Amino acid sequence: MRVLAISGSLRRDSHNTRLLRVAAGLAPPPAELELFDGLKDVPPYDEDDDGDLAPEGARRLREAIARADAVLIATPEYNSSIPGQLKNALDWASRPFPDSVLRNKPVAVIGASTGMFGAVWAQAEVRKVLGAIGARVVEVELPVAGAEEAFAGNRLADRELHQRLAQILTELVEAVEHRHLVAA
Amino acid sequence: MTTLQATAIPTGVWKSDPVHSEVGFAVKHMVVATFRGAFTDFGVTLANDEGEPRLYGAVRTDSVQVRDENLHGHLVSPEFFDSERYPEITFTSTAIRADGSDLVVDGDLTIKGTTKRVEARGHIDGPVAHPAGGERIGIDLETQVDRTEFGLNWNAPMPSGGVAVQNEVTLTVHLELAPEE
Repeated sequence: MRVLAISGSLRRDSHNTRLLRVAAGLAPPPAELELFDGLKDVPPYDEDDDGDLAPEGARRLREAIARADAVLIATPEYNSSIPGQLKNALDWASRPFPDSVLRNKPVAVIGASTGMFGAVWAQAEVRKVLGAIGARVVEVELPVAGAEEAFAGNRLADRELHQRLAQILTELVEAVEHRHLVAA
Repeated sequence: MTTLQATAIPTGVWKSDPVHSEVGFAVKHMVVATFRGAFTDFGVTLANDEGEPRLYGAVRTDSVQVRDENLHGHLVSPEFFDSERYPEITFTSTAIRADGSDLVVDGDLTIKGTTKRVEARGHIDGPVAHPAGGERIGIDLETQVDRTEFGLNWNAPMPSGGVAVQNEVTLTVHLELAPEE
């Protein structure tokens, strides 16, 4: 089972990318996390550029989502909302509507910020966008606040938060398994 | 209120005619308007062949008919009916009775995996002879539900106040039924 992990932050030492690396170690077998490394290569959405000859960066994103059974997004929060590049990537992934690669695909959203709220507003808005796209949004949240102090090696320093992240991965995997059961 | 005798409902097993029947809904939209939609793929049975009469049926959620493909896409998505996981809405009566000239049907309505008891009111007419042979009966029923009780929670606040779609939804069935062949 493949879970595509998308970090909404492009920064080399991103807390959200680190959060996804922690998540990778918690994925219950047979789930495996694959970190998407092409977010920066997704161009600005332009319907004139879309279609069979969509730009390579957008095609890579769509293909990676299509190959995955589920998606885990870790988002920072810029100005109380979704980072522009992440929103732009979701806009590419949402097309063509309604039968996009995200259609009915289980997606969970987590987030980290250096502030005291752990990107809760950005997470809520990513869930809203995913719902409008038609993804199967797992109704969970993981606010990792004070991100500079939140990690201890390859774990979250807060034991409860770490367990909660493991639980979120379990719920994401269950959503995939339920989908396979319905299809069987 | 009196219990409707089985003899007040035509005996036998009756099936809905898909062309001359309708299963629809109406909900307040944009605060001031009434938005209507319907389902095109459904089947309803009135069985009065043994014991208490029963009315039951199922609706394919992905057959919801609205005049915009993007809205259809939204309605069948996990945020609304979630047709992949919950392909059908079902209804099974638990009691059918008369209240004056009204037909009252109590039953279990299941939407998106949640079952609630509802009371639908309307009337039953016929049977009448069909020119092509056999007989037909008509049943009209209406009930109100709170869609959020079934997990249909999507909404959007309006800039001037209120929300895009009200929670209370009117469900209606207009059925023409023919004897089961």
